[in-house]
Amino acid sequence: MKKDRREFINTCFRFAAGASIVGVAGVLASKSVKGDYLWQLDPTKCTQCGRCATSCVVTPSAVKCIHVYDMCGYCDLCGGYFRPNVKNLSTGAENMLCPTGAIKRTYVEDPYFKYEIIDELCIGCGKCVKGCGAFGNGSLQLQISHDLCVNCNECAIARDCPSDAFKRVPLEEAYQFAGFKTNKKI
Amino acid sequence: MKKIFSIFSLLVLLIMDFAAFAQTQRFPRPEFESGYTQPITSMPEPRAGIFALVDVLLLIAALSLITWFIHKKRSRTGVIITSLFSILYFGFLREGCVCSVGSVQNVVLALFNPGYHIPLSALAFFVIPLVYTLFFGRTFCAGVCPLGAVQDVFLLRPVSLKKWLQKVLGLIPWIYLGLAILYAATGTDFIICRYDPFVGIFRFNATFFMFAIGAAFLLISVFIARPYCRFLCPYGVILNLVSRVSKKHLSITPASCIQCKLCENSCPLDAINKPVEVKQMEDKRSATRRFILLGMIIPALMIIGAWVVSNFHENLAMVNSKVRLANELLHFDSNTMKESLEIEGFRTSGKTKEELYLESAAILKQFYYGSWMLGAFIGLVFGLSLAGLTIYRYREDYEPDKGECVSCARCLKYCPVEK
Repeated sequence: MKKDRREFINTCFRFAAGASIVGVAGVLASKSVKGDYLWQLDPTKCTQCGRCATSCVVTPSAVKCIHVYDMCGYCDLCGGYFRPNVKNLSTGAENMLCPTGAIKRTYVEDPYFKYEIIDELCIGCGKCVKGCGAFGNGSLQLQISHDLCVNCNECAIARDCPSDAFKRVPLEEAYQFAGFKTNKKI
Repeated sequence: MKKIFSIFSLLVLLIMDFAAFAQTQRFPRPEFESGYTQPITSMPEPRAGIFALVDVLLLIAALSLITWFIHKKRSRTGVIITSLFSILYFGFLREGCVCSVGSVQNVVLALFNPGYHIPLSALAFFVIPLVYTLFFGRTFCAGVCPLGAVQDVFLLRPVSLKKWLQKVLGLIPWIYLGLAILYAATGTDFIICRYDPFVGIFRFNATFFMFAIGAAFLLISVFIARPYCRFLCPYGVILNLVSRVSKKHLSITPASCIQCKLCENSCPLDAINKPVEVKQMEDKRSATRRFILLGMIIPALMIIGAWVVSNFHENLAMVNSKVRLANELLHFDSNTMKESLEIEGFRTSGKTKEELYLESAAILKQFYYGSWMLGAFIGLVFGLSLAGLTIYRYREDYEPDKGECVSCARCLKYCPVEK
């Protein structure tokens, strides 16, 4: 008799637990989304503070500088490639802004130059992005490279980002390039 | 010549009205004459969404397999094999993310924040182990959870802990769960993910601090069974509750217990309840007194807990980046202090200080109510575990404690009874 009573109470609790699990699952499933959301950063909010290079759980960071060629002006004096007040426009290491030499400059035709990012070398510090945004078209933009990103449940860079630029985006909008830069103060 | 041209063009642009360029480029894309073709902007593909489905299917497969190993085959070897698979796949290959332990926070965030859409895979990782636990006990903990599995394979020289120590340390996961819910509900942080000790090891990549904690946990788990599972894991306590009312549960003996005592010390988690020798009933008067006393102690503990924790609500809220920024901004003096990156980011965002202060005040308010609830919750847990200690349970056989037992199946081979 006693055993039966305990069994009965247990069954009641089991059904209550089952019902609440199903309830929570049902409520959430109705507003959940298929497929994973991905982390991406909004270049319009980004201030190129440099934390992307250090905060990511992946080393080197999954955030890379991506060159939006459509926006590039192919300038000879590239604000993203050269240090400010550069003495001569050559590919010498002393002239480069990139700390790892991850930008490759090649001559196209007078007076235009092509700039390519070498992904393996880029650490996502955003120095070139800042330079290009300040002096050029803003065609260099920081983005999370999704082949490297492990898509943490809570992005470690998002936590450290001072301008709250990281958000979850659906798969279809995996890259969030900013359109043409508006008048940004130099 | 080129240099002069580019500097000149830059100067011209600077002098001209910026507004005219608002929607165009400063340096229009050149018309190339040399037949130059522009490279395609690289946009590496993310992991296809189909893999989320694979993860969920593998979770179900692993759970079914380990449940079959435990309940039907009664095989510890099977559990070890599944553990190794989980460590390799959910641990090293998937790099420990998304895991069921962390998915608690996704669920809480989705419940409290209508703007957040929980991915179906995260929801599945939260619900499926709960359902299995409801039917079969904590088979998920046994070897499907990579965090549990990695500790379990390290367990070589189990020592047993004092009962009181187990009970006291066993309260920590509740506090951890409460804090995790508070921080997830306010959209502040996912602390379970942040302080996951093993994810750094799975990724071969962590700060020294986190790596040291992970290594320490593994070192401890050589002697003390599953320290993270028992004394920290917030998902484990949810499973613990569900498992207590599970339909079936691993039983030490395949038939009926012959009281041979061989399994008595076999459990590294001390989760085997011994039979009680004499069936004796507590007399009615002392039982009533105990009941009344507990009925007063539990609400008192809840009120005290709530009051104590609510006094710390501002400290708790400081984890929130907006509150921290507002606080920093309030004490910022541009003459004497250097601008931090946060303040610089805020300045360029174009938000006004008042907006930020209002937002921060709203968050503080959430934390105020949240901390009352957290404190009451902690008080309730303390009170109920105190009540649990006073309950007398008559037991004839050696049985696993349905809540604490993680179904690791170590005790099974100690039982001499044949089917």
